[in-house]
Amino acid sequence: MTAFLIRNIGQRLILLVFISIIAHSVVHLAPGDPSLVDPMNPRMKAEDIARIRAAFHLDDPPHVQYAYWMRDLFTGQLKSFKDNQPVLGKIWDRFLNSLPLFLVTTLITWCIAFPFGVQAAIKRGSLLDKGGTLLSYILISFPGFFLAYICIIVMVRIFDVPVIGISTFGFEDAGPLFQTMDRIWHLTIPALIFASGSIAVLSRYVRSQMLEVIHMDYIRTARAKGLSEETVIYKHGLRNALLPFITMFGLMIPGLIGGSVIIETIFSWPGLGRLGFEAIMNRDFPVILTLNFITAILTLIGTFVSDILYAVADPRIKLQ
Amino acid sequence: MELAEQSGGTLTEQEMSPIREKWNIFRKNRSAVLSLWFLIFLFALSIVAILLTKYSAPFSPATVRLSDKFLPPLTPFKSNLVKPEDAPPFGIYLLGTDELGRDVFSRMLEGTPVSLTIGFVAVGISVFVGIFLGGLAGFYGRIRFGWMTVDTLIMRFVDIMLCFPTFFLILTVVALLPPSIYNIMIVIGLTSWMGTARLVRAEFLSLREQDYVLAARSQAIPEMRIIFQHIVPNAIAPVLVSATIGVATAILTESALSFLGFGVQPPDATWGNILSDGKGFIFDAPWLTFIPGFTILFVVLAFNLCGEGLREAYNPKLRQQR
Repeated sequence: MTAFLIRNIGQRLILLVFISIIAHSVVHLAPGDPSLVDPMNPRMKAEDIARIRAAFHLDDPPHVQYAYWMRDLFTGQLKSFKDNQPVLGKIWDRFLNSLPLFLVTTLITWCIAFPFGVQAAIKRGSLLDKGGTLLSYILISFPGFFLAYICIIVMVRIFDVPVIGISTFGFEDAGPLFQTMDRIWHLTIPALIFASGSIAVLSRYVRSQMLEVIHMDYIRTARAKGLSEETVIYKHGLRNALLPFITMFGLMIPGLIGGSVIIETIFSWPGLGRLGFEAIMNRDFPVILTLNFITAILTLIGTFVSDILYAVADPRIKLQ
Repeated sequence: MELAEQSGGTLTEQEMSPIREKWNIFRKNRSAVLSLWFLIFLFALSIVAILLTKYSAPFSPATVRLSDKFLPPLTPFKSNLVKPEDAPPFGIYLLGTDELGRDVFSRMLEGTPVSLTIGFVAVGISVFVGIFLGGLAGFYGRIRFGWMTVDTLIMRFVDIMLCFPTFFLILTVVALLPPSIYNIMIVIGLTSWMGTARLVRAEFLSLREQDYVLAARSQAIPEMRIIFQHIVPNAIAPVLVSATIGVATAILTESALSFLGFGVQPPDATWGNILSDGKGFIFDAPWLTFIPGFTILFVVLAFNLCGEGLREAYNPKLRQQR
């Protein structure tokens, strides 16, 4: 067990090194650099640009820049090109803003997708199953931003729900209860739209897993023993059907952060995705790189945890 | 009764060619067949669209008629300010006009082949890379490079690629590169091959041990011939299914890029950038948002349903589960 853990962590660290190299080369080998963002600005003289380039090591060869990036990242000295603020602090602030959105989205996804998928599998061919299948295909095919626009119009016109931003401007003096309510209202619509696509995908997947399990021999055995249908489905069936989903924990993280770019841009949510979008617009290389790198670290931690959980949950798997 | 039908079914199935058999399963899925017809219609339309928008003056999507801007769909053309030769096709603005008085119908027509090409080329690239790397890992996986096998090398690379937030990576590269439709196709293709590679590797691993591969080897057939003539055709089915769904995803990704302003640049039209141009006028001219939006929805839906039908046809066990 300990040997497995050490080897697994070692492998992940090696992966991480390669990830950082790939991320770095993707950003630095592509043409276009920060000085090109505002070429028409008359106040930017050639010597200013040269000074800025020297300050950010932009004239050094890529491997030297990589070394500088790594050194600055791990000493916490890494500064954003744009406003000279520490990158890690910026990302942490935005992460705290994104966290409620990610958590609520994930919760909504699971709370709808799992019960729905299981019910659809049990009542196969029923109206619920067929309607759900059609609905999930439509949700998968809906361009997220288009859905968001329709939702914004409907919500604002009919329900008068605030949708843009993380809280209402000028509400800072309101009581804590009001502020919380305000936050929750602002969170609801983005989280629902963010979740819609994954609900569709996940419920389809749960349904097919459940269907596969229901036809297993041990389910027939359980029925033959005379167990109640509830016990058969929820104890013997569901627990086995849910096993593969433990491995999905880790690989969800890149999807959440990548997907948040669109949602947070539309809803002016000051989170990670929007930070990434702004950084890309400004060619703010340290932020882009570090964001990619941190996502990769989170993903590797996530897959590591889910590997271990899988072994804990399923006694047939032995770690070695 | 059911038994008799089943045995009758298997008898005819033995006489049928494999393609015919798959087609018969596919045909039973009504929504998939409908989607297939819709897609065939769309391909025909896009070929017509290329010819019309290039060579026919009324269909030109670039004609600007400033006095006719923001006309709702189905407005007949009766302006005195616009030259008669600039009149829209059939003398009617079928889908209305945009903020420059361009005919939305012609622009949607122009966008059809562009959007489809992006989908297909991107998926073509990802399938090619996926088959190449997956096949390499599956067939030559045991060859060692120093302390690691080819299989480890390639599959770790897949793991690395899976750690990146794909959309963010695509956005980074597309934003840094000069805007061009080819860059978008290549970037989408190069960031979506991991699933295919895994599928192909798994197929190759099991097919490699099959008797017919052994038989082919015993006849001293060259290895490349074994791979491309005997293994690849048998491994291609699941790839085809995931590619169909991949086209849908690529079209969605392109429209999302266009929405953020990094997609195909004007004056070229795709569904995505018609939608993103129109979103500023959503209250004054909702058709500019809704027409491309629902077009994307229906086309992507058709690809998804068609892919599901293909999946069932190649994996009849799923059919029984339905």
